[in-house]
Amino acid sequence: MAGKTLYDKVWDAHVVRQEADGTCLLYIDRHLVHEVTSPQAFEGLKIAKRQPWRTASMVAVPDHNIPTKDLDKGITDPVSRLQVETLHDNCREFGVTEFNIGDPRQGIVHVMGPEQGATLPGMTVVCGDSHTSTHGAFGALAHGIGTSEVEHVMATQCLIQKKMKNMRINVNGKVGKGVTAKDIVLAIIGEIGTAGGTGYAIEFAGEAIRDLSMEGRMTVCNMAIEAGARAGMIAVDDTTIEYVKGRPYAPKAEQWDAAVANWRDLHSDADAVFDAEINLDAASIQPQVTWGTSPEMVLAVDGLVPDPDQESDVVKANSIRAALKYMGLTANTPINQVSIDKVFIGSCTNSRIEDLRAAAEVAKGRKVAGNIKLALVVPGSGLVKQQAEREGLDQIFREAGFEWREPGCSMCLAMNADRLEPGERCASTSNRNFEGRQGQGGRTHLVSPAMAAAAAVTGHFTDVRQL
Amino acid sequence: MDKFTVHQGLVVPLDRANVDTDAIIPKQYLKSIKRTGFGPTLFDDWRYNEPGEPGMDHSKRSVNQHFVLNFPRYVGASILLARENFGCGSSREHAVWALDDYGIRAVIAPSFADIFFNNSFKSGLLPIYLDAATVDRLFKEVEATTGYQLTIDLAAQQVITPNGEKIAFEIDEFRKYCLVNGLDDIGLTLQHANDIKAYEAKRQQSAPWLFN
Repeated sequence: MAGKTLYDKVWDAHVVRQEADGTCLLYIDRHLVHEVTSPQAFEGLKIAKRQPWRTASMVAVPDHNIPTKDLDKGITDPVSRLQVETLHDNCREFGVTEFNIGDPRQGIVHVMGPEQGATLPGMTVVCGDSHTSTHGAFGALAHGIGTSEVEHVMATQCLIQKKMKNMRINVNGKVGKGVTAKDIVLAIIGEIGTAGGTGYAIEFAGEAIRDLSMEGRMTVCNMAIEAGARAGMIAVDDTTIEYVKGRPYAPKAEQWDAAVANWRDLHSDADAVFDAEINLDAASIQPQVTWGTSPEMVLAVDGLVPDPDQESDVVKANSIRAALKYMGLTANTPINQVSIDKVFIGSCTNSRIEDLRAAAEVAKGRKVAGNIKLALVVPGSGLVKQQAEREGLDQIFREAGFEWREPGCSMCLAMNADRLEPGERCASTSNRNFEGRQGQGGRTHLVSPAMAAAAAVTGHFTDVRQL
Repeated sequence: MDKFTVHQGLVVPLDRANVDTDAIIPKQYLKSIKRTGFGPTLFDDWRYNEPGEPGMDHSKRSVNQHFVLNFPRYVGASILLARENFGCGSSREHAVWALDDYGIRAVIAPSFADIFFNNSFKSGLLPIYLDAATVDRLFKEVEATTGYQLTIDLAAQQVITPNGEKIAFEIDEFRKYCLVNGLDDIGLTLQHANDIKAYEAKRQQSAPWLFN
């Protein structure tokens, strides 16, 4: 019998029962909750007079609607405020742990979970948010679910699931200087497309992945969903275990040793068989910039915006035309000549301390260019913010002309006041460049934190390695 | 949840690949704490000429006559014909609720994003995947014929065209069972509560740190 993949191992350890057609009840260890996708689930529980199965598995935090400045004024948008208050009321009523506004642990749910050690290797982790794939960086099986499933997990501690297929993406060799986790994952999406991973759990492997910090691994797994895969995973190693050690929810004392012994097996066996395997040469990956309205519409920074007349597939050519029109771009334009209006450094993809350090290194001693209307830095959590301030990163950003804000999802999806106006072009470290994502009519280009900072100080996309 | 057995309805063709859930229901409407009322803002950015906000009277907004859902011939459509990777992006079930609230009962496409596909069944919206060539042919037929209707027979797993052609489709037995019977799957899962408890007891022994 062939060996098991990492996904097989975590899956097998969580099957409660299996029906003849392969449908399984999968046990869920950790349920992360935020304000946007939970109110209807809590309401469903109340209507059916059900109690959560295991409240201790749940950790809640408001993030999508949180303002990033003037927090003392509270949330001024009444619709947003009601949603955040509803989360708070539900958590109180059902006894769910919540890190509310003002608590330094408050932040983006996918930053908070790992930071608190609420995400552990080998766990099944769910959240009503597609970027739950982030937590797969810990060798966890983590994916987004809809609100009905949020309610289902609350009520039963299980999900009804069929097993996905196994894909491994090997990023072989080492990346060059100035090339980050974000560039790796954008290059992967450019290679396999936004539906390339549909139906699969993707394991990211290879030297370039092993070389990444936990922050970098989270960036890669975060965007597995942009490649169509609900779950991305990375094998556990010393980097993982060092990161988890000592965090509030991490096992302590003798449980720690038992847990570590268990976690050491969280890697694919040498003879494991994958349904699909893809290889990328790390050294060939350049800093990436998306040009269009889907994350697969991505270029190396020295590339040209594509020409639909060169595309033979009619559906694809039409997609390119529609994207060029929406983005206000002309075919064959060098992407590094495209100037921008706003810069956003933040989101569950790139708002951790390492991301802020990378951006600050570029910003240090430079000034935001005159054509930039707003350059925002939004740390992923209160704890990230505190750490950055201890390191003086806030000062570097402020001196360069960036705004230093409070934690939250912010302009990744513009559910709070931070947004693009129609036609504005943004260099953003977030994860989606869909039409209207950052504000109706807004134009999003996805980049790494270092590339966002480089765009901020030059006013256009720039190869950060040439600054 | 409404039962889904046989449905006959007008088909509207949305000729775009990678339609994402941000397009299906933009984020400003996700601030609602309800499950209903998302129909008027389905495809909001495409459907109206000006930006929309929660609380507006959407019936008074200026409608984009170039968007296919607004073509008079497609008013009242209940089957959406779409292209590859429909429903990609965010996990928001609001996308399904918006389609459902608008009156869409089924979406036919060559492929769907996993989370959207899964969410659809929870509100009785049937996602049907057919091969790309068949979908392409249906696009041509719909566009050529005003009033083009399809019949979907879930029990028989067939899409039936106006000229009587029967196109078979695949669906998981369990999902079909839930849709045909309009079943709430929480109730079904809780029938296995003893299995869940037994699993938990065993797991608490082998991995106690998961229960701290």
